[in-house]
Amino acid sequence: MTAIATPAPAPAPGDAPPAASPPGRAARRRKLVPYWLLLPGILWLLVFFAAPMVYQASTSVQTGSLETGYQVTWHFATYWDAFKEYDVFYLRSLIYAGIATVLCLAIGYPLAYTIAFKAGRWRNVLLVMVIAPFFTSFLIRTLAWRTILADDGIVVSVLDKLHILNATAAIGLTSGDRVLATPLAVVCGLTYNFLPFMILPLYSSLERIDPRLHEAAGDLYARPFTTFRKVTFPISLPGVVAGTLLTFIPASGDYINAELLGSPSEQMIGNVIQSKFLTVLDYPTAAALSFILMAVILVIVSVYIRKAGTEELV
Amino acid sequence: MPVLNWIRRHLVVFAAIAALVYMTIPNVVVLVFSFNKPKGRFNYSLNTFSLDAWTNPCGVGDMCTSVSLSLQIAVLATIGATILGTMVAFALARYRFRGRAPVTGLIWLPMAMPEIVMGASLGTLFLNMRIQFGFWTILIAHIMFCLSFVVTAVKARVMSMDPRLEQAAQDLYATPTQTFLRVTLPIAAPGIAAGALLSFAISIDDFIITQFNAGPSTVTFPMFVWGAAQKGLPVQVNVIGTLMFLVAVVCVIAGQLLGSRRKARS
Amino acid sequence: MTQQTTAPAEPTAATASGGAVTLTGISKTWGDFTAVQPLDLTIPEGSFFALLGASGCGKTTTLRMIAGLEEPTSGTVRIGDLDATELPPHKRPVNTVFQNYALFPHLDIYENVAFGLRRRGIKSVKKQVEEMLELVELGHLARRKPHQLSGGQQQRVAVARALINRPKVLLLDEPLGALDLKLRRQMQLELKRIQTEVGITFVHVTHDQEEAMTMADTIAVMNAGRIEQLGAPADLYENPVSTFVANFLGQSNLIEATVSGTSGGDLLLSGIGEGSLAMPAARCATPAASGDKVLAGIRPEKISIVHADDAAEVPDGRNRLTGRIVDASFIGVSTQYVVNSPWCPELAVFSQNVERDSRLAPGAEVVLHWNPAHTFGLDAAQDIDAGTGEAAA
Repeated sequence: MTAIATPAPAPAPGDAPPAASPPGRAARRRKLVPYWLLLPGILWLLVFFAAPMVYQASTSVQTGSLETGYQVTWHFATYWDAFKEYDVFYLRSLIYAGIATVLCLAIGYPLAYTIAFKAGRWRNVLLVMVIAPFFTSFLIRTLAWRTILADDGIVVSVLDKLHILNATAAIGLTSGDRVLATPLAVVCGLTYNFLPFMILPLYSSLERIDPRLHEAAGDLYARPFTTFRKVTFPISLPGVVAGTLLTFIPASGDYINAELLGSPSEQMIGNVIQSKFLTVLDYPTAAALSFILMAVILVIVSVYIRKAGTEELV
Repeated sequence: MPVLNWIRRHLVVFAAIAALVYMTIPNVVVLVFSFNKPKGRFNYSLNTFSLDAWTNPCGVGDMCTSVSLSLQIAVLATIGATILGTMVAFALARYRFRGRAPVTGLIWLPMAMPEIVMGASLGTLFLNMRIQFGFWTILIAHIMFCLSFVVTAVKARVMSMDPRLEQAAQDLYATPTQTFLRVTLPIAAPGIAAGALLSFAISIDDFIITQFNAGPSTVTFPMFVWGAAQKGLPVQVNVIGTLMFLVAVVCVIAGQLLGSRRKARS
Repeated sequence: MTQQTTAPAEPTAATASGGAVTLTGISKTWGDFTAVQPLDLTIPEGSFFALLGASGCGKTTTLRMIAGLEEPTSGTVRIGDLDATELPPHKRPVNTVFQNYALFPHLDIYENVAFGLRRRGIKSVKKQVEEMLELVELGHLARRKPHQLSGGQQQRVAVARALINRPKVLLLDEPLGALDLKLRRQMQLELKRIQTEVGITFVHVTHDQEEAMTMADTIAVMNAGRIEQLGAPADLYENPVSTFVANFLGQSNLIEATVSGTSGGDLLLSGIGEGSLAMPAARCATPAASGDKVLAGIRPEKISIVHADDAAEVPDGRNRLTGRIVDASFIGVSTQYVVNSPWCPELAVFSQNVERDSRLAPGAEVVLHWNPAHTFGLDAAQDIDAGTGEAAA
């Protein structure tokens, strides 16, 4: 049983290459499949997500009122007026969101670390405990903080007795002997609401770390904290970036916590937009404020991402 | 001191437990206060133990209607988002096409944008087109923002599938349609289920985008809670909240058990 | 470098006609990377054919083009009388055993094996499936899922799943790679046995030269998208025509030398060392005249090694070199020496451990000798390290 094999002579420069199988109709149809698959979903997003952004832009330069109707008049002054009037709110939103993000990182990282490395058999139980609250009404849970931080509740009286409230009042976090309707309560609520958004990406990137890396570091004379600083934390950086973005961005537009747990002096830009849109019905201003918020977030996020240097977030 | 040393070594674990307590306390409070009979309209301090709320969960007017509305919307939105999202995920994971970067960006943006921006702009669109706010506008909005989550979940699953399985099916005389129905879809199913579950959970609890697109007369459960928060939440709200929590816990545990039983059988 | 031998293949009783594979001008290019250079290949019906080569040489791509899982950039694929070039995989009478088996995880073994039959519309599969499972000795595991089986068992399911469809050609893509050594040897014999029994054409892709030589009737050695040499295992081993084949199959000593004359049917070679070596002219792969440079090749197991004190015992008519032992490794069955000689810096010698001479230790002066008829010759212009796996491309 022998086979015949000859390497075919290399085509001389003048020869046409032997005809490749011509793309049949079937092959052409196959190439179109992904476009058909994409069409409904992408169309939906274009119509109900992207187009509204455009409308938002156009609304922000309209003038008029509910009675007279709205016209596009390229009234860019709306932007300037809105920003001037509410610049405090923007600042406050960014500060609250920033503090909440940092707190989420500080609180969430140890938890994610524990689940990833120290949990053993309890890993799944702990994950359930992190995820399950996320599936229940966050309004109800946020309202529960009203009970927890109630003026005559345990938490406040303990804090009062320990004179912590005096300290926090001094820096403006609380006022008097209250926690509710102060910045502290709002930040507390923000942190609470967005913890899962921080923990899950952190856990997911920590979980991928081979525990033998810790052993290797220890073998090479690194103390536990040094191992964390030089090995674990750098490798978990993509998770940190993802978590902070998933926390900061929604938090800066939030208004629920400010409304439920804060007073009018804790209002965030989200409250303003909501009131302009749903109550005052001043659509151009609401649109302008919304756009400015988007722009601010975009700038901050781009700077942040460039500094953190990770590109693979999705 | 050995005790201090022990604490220092396990500092991380203590911090973790503290974090967990911080996350769970509100749920406990909700549960406890569902058994409360408040003195006045506001359910903020414990008064007397009572099972009234549990025996009469729908006693408050309109609350159960709002729950049922939320459920309806969640189911329909899940179906819509799952179908559309699964298709997009397959296109992204299995095929080559032009425009991959803008498509990926378009999918990613809704997950990263503040809800208020999305809600306000969609609401503006409906206003401009003179579309009446109500059930359908809410549904459209929900499908819109659940889509991205479904795509992420399904795409992750499909990309972790061995592409040789589909090639093996073709090698064994399965036409492309048969390959998809008999091999690709069944193996991708857990990812699709995860996406659907995520979509349901997000939809049923959504407030901000819903508020901007609901109009005055359509009330979902979160909107009911928001409206009632000023006047005083009825205890039944705590009951619903606790029930949601229990259902969620059961589902998550069931999912984990199924997954581990599949592995344990080997 | 071409081999052209024709011998009519005899169809065995079990095969209908049409199991021969003919590739004409087949090539595969992605962008500016050519995985397979245009080649012609005819695999006779009923043979066990091996495509052998290192990773990235194009053997798997060639196999996939036969299966229809890869579209050729040029050329045609014929299976028997059927022009299969345009046909999608599910329309070809070929089946593949994949590298990591590609068993469907959501179906049990029974359904995995029955898959191909069902897709072809066959209603009652029970008898065939049960027979096939018996053939691979897995009948008792029919209702288990793939993840519950061991690697060797999964491999047999993959073979069963393919064979049950009675393809004209069975393609195997490195199916034994994931198995441990002992199991691999077992499965090699098992597959060989099945092929002989069933009688269809097997095309087996592997990077393991021992595996190819054990199982195949004919081997095609591939390198960088080309077939370097094609023939029966013994043929390729004893008469390599390129340095790649000489180094890839087993191990070779390649000595740089110059043709200094002829004697009878032999070429006389001179090199850096003293004396001359004789090589049968017929075993030189390139035509060599006086003054040409060649590479003289000799396999390590063909060389005998004696201590320099016993030099007088070496019979006449042998090629002989002197040298000094640099390394001696006791392998059990044999001892492997590395000898430094003026002719060649690192000569490998494999000596079977029948009687051990304790004087043959590192540092000892030795005489190497062998039968000149075992020498082969290669074109000196080639890369002397091709196929050793050491040179970075």
